[in-house]
Amino acid sequence: MSDHDKIYSTKLQDKIERNTLLLFVLTAIAVAFGGIVEIVPLFYLPNTGMSGGDGTFNNTSHKDKQGNAISMDKIVWNPATSAHKTFDTWQPGDGVRPYTALETAGRQVFIREGCFLCHSQMIRPFRDEKDRYGHYSIAEESMYDHTYQWGSKRTGPDLARVGGKYSDEWHRKHLKYPRDVVPESVMPNFFFLENNPVNAEKTVKTLHVMTIMPFNPVPKTIYTDAYIAGAAKEVEGKTEMDAVIAYLQSLGNHVKFEEGVNYRD
Amino acid sequence: MEATQATPVKYDMDVVRWFTIAACIYAVVGTLIGVYVASELAWPFLNFDIPEITFGRLRPLHTNAVIFAFGGCVLFATGYYIVQRTGATKLWSNGLAWFHFWGWNLIIVCAVITLPLGLSQGKEYAELPWWVDIMIAVVWLSFGLNHIMTTAIRKTSHIYVSNWFTMGMIIMITYLHVVNSMAIPVDWATSYSIYSGVQDAMIQWWWGHNAVGFYLTGGFLGIMYYFIPKQSGRPVFSYRLSVLHFWTLTFGYVWLGAHHLQYTALPDWTGSLGAAVSLAMIIPSWGGAMNGMMTLSGAWDKLRTDYILRFLVTAMAFYAMSTFDGPVMAIKSVNALSHYTDWTVGHVHAGALGWMSMISFGALYHMVKKLWNTEMYSERLVNVHFWVALIGAVTYIVAMWVSGIMQGLMWRDYDEYGTLTYTFVESVSAMHPYYVMRAVGGAIFNLGTWIMLFNVVMTVRQASATRGVNAVAAKA
Repeated sequence: MSDHDKIYSTKLQDKIERNTLLLFVLTAIAVAFGGIVEIVPLFYLPNTGMSGGDGTFNNTSHKDKQGNAISMDKIVWNPATSAHKTFDTWQPGDGVRPYTALETAGRQVFIREGCFLCHSQMIRPFRDEKDRYGHYSIAEESMYDHTYQWGSKRTGPDLARVGGKYSDEWHRKHLKYPRDVVPESVMPNFFFLENNPVNAEKTVKTLHVMTIMPFNPVPKTIYTDAYIAGAAKEVEGKTEMDAVIAYLQSLGNHVKFEEGVNYRD
Repeated sequence: MEATQATPVKYDMDVVRWFTIAACIYAVVGTLIGVYVASELAWPFLNFDIPEITFGRLRPLHTNAVIFAFGGCVLFATGYYIVQRTGATKLWSNGLAWFHFWGWNLIIVCAVITLPLGLSQGKEYAELPWWVDIMIAVVWLSFGLNHIMTTAIRKTSHIYVSNWFTMGMIIMITYLHVVNSMAIPVDWATSYSIYSGVQDAMIQWWWGHNAVGFYLTGGFLGIMYYFIPKQSGRPVFSYRLSVLHFWTLTFGYVWLGAHHLQYTALPDWTGSLGAAVSLAMIIPSWGGAMNGMMTLSGAWDKLRTDYILRFLVTAMAFYAMSTFDGPVMAIKSVNALSHYTDWTVGHVHAGALGWMSMISFGALYHMVKKLWNTEMYSERLVNVHFWVALIGAVTYIVAMWVSGIMQGLMWRDYDEYGTLTYTFVESVSAMHPYYVMRAVGGAIFNLGTWIMLFNVVMTVRQASATRGVNAVAAKA
């Protein structure tokens, strides 16, 4: 028996090592498992913030202490059942809603400037995070976030519930020259946002794109044709600074959390 | 496992040479940008009120430059080098390899232009705009096809273990890149992921962690399995261990991404599953690290004289260390502290500076000597580079470990009245000394890459001059 024919491991392994196609196929199968098991169920299981085609949430039901299910309409804004049927009348606590035109423009700037590299938007269910930032984040709150913005690092504080915590004027000062307001801050100065007008055309296109997403699109009952048509007007004369502030002020106050309800699974 | 041949094969090594030189250059550039962004966190005035160089825009340029420009060129140089030599064959297509070289460099140029302009998709390590993503897919597949076909046309009976790892990388990165980059463009500059929230987070970290697992680990393990035996002149310690290493890593690594999302809005079972498999991964990782290190058994004395071997073996030590650090951080109670802190940054750099860069430097020096059929311009400078790189890496990692744990502890600390002891910004200012130390560590490491570039350039010049005089054909 020559060296080339000797089997050093098992017959199967030896066969694989001699056959490029076999190695390719088996490797391609081996690496597929983990992703399939961990990702695919998230599109079907409850409590993943995934709205099915019929507008329901894959049997998600958050229950209070008595075991009564909380209506999903209280978690995610549904103009059909809500007392407030339009963006103008929506109030914090009415449930998770998509972003307005101006907020959408602000979110684009937030992503462009890489804010998520230092600011998370995901509060974990710990005592200190509750005291520092507020109620833990739930899946539905980022369901409209195409490109989620949970982040992975807190060089700066979490922003998931920053909405309403500071005044617009504070944000403006802070964004322009952070160290004027917080001397120890290491954040760059974003004064230049005040010089840039919001790109209205792009904002309108973005709203449209959000309605044609294959997963969790914004319902046409919310981004109505009329709303999208009026979006350019909404952002007219606004700067990127206005937009970012509008975006930040919209974060985290959509859902009215009730004591004793388990919003996680 | 290299076959003995009656007639020497004429390999296609020109493209390997170019990738090698490119890797040396990108090592300097990538770490230099890293030093700059690190300095911006220590001294924020360095943002200079120029939007294009603010931290948020430059940090992706740093990660892309080190991962895809430096790491990529090392993987491609070694990939083409190993697959030819272990298969005793030329490349399946030399032309395609050149398309790959220029295509990849064009992508890097696009990254250098688009990232500072703020064209970001908002996904870590996958920031590049949608049309660059398409370019990456095309160029990546040209590499994959060429490499796999070269494996297929080999003259040897068995496929060498390095090529298994490279094949695993080619397949997995293709899956990851295609699935994670799915987006709908708004215009040429902006696009939005088709996934949102929980699903997007899981897909992103499936990508993020497996880019580490298959590209920065699998691909570089291929380097380890070829260059450590070659440089030490010893066979791989255990062939069976390498079989085990490959299949467990290939099957197991894929599950780890979920450990980045523990205690988030991701369902608990997913994060816990990721954490459990992460713990189990210590076994194959350490098995592999032992396999690399024990290859030197009986030849440990070579470490005293062979500086290239020092790089390779130190890399294995860091590999073992960061594959211990990682699973520890995946434990839920540890993750509760370490997540969102600099500890993560320290962990990544233990891998990137200690393992990936060290093994790359060793492989690059080894290849330069073979490719230009010469000795190094200065062996002493290789040794200097080794110590500079080691000191820089350790300084960096220690700074981040300390600052990370400190951050985590400060955030969760309560005083006697049951209120939070520290405001957030107090934790920011407490980090300052460590951010300075990190920048210094990074700068030291960067100095090492300059030394390597100088040494390699001088070596190539020297070799070219000699070849001109003697007109000796390179053995390649």
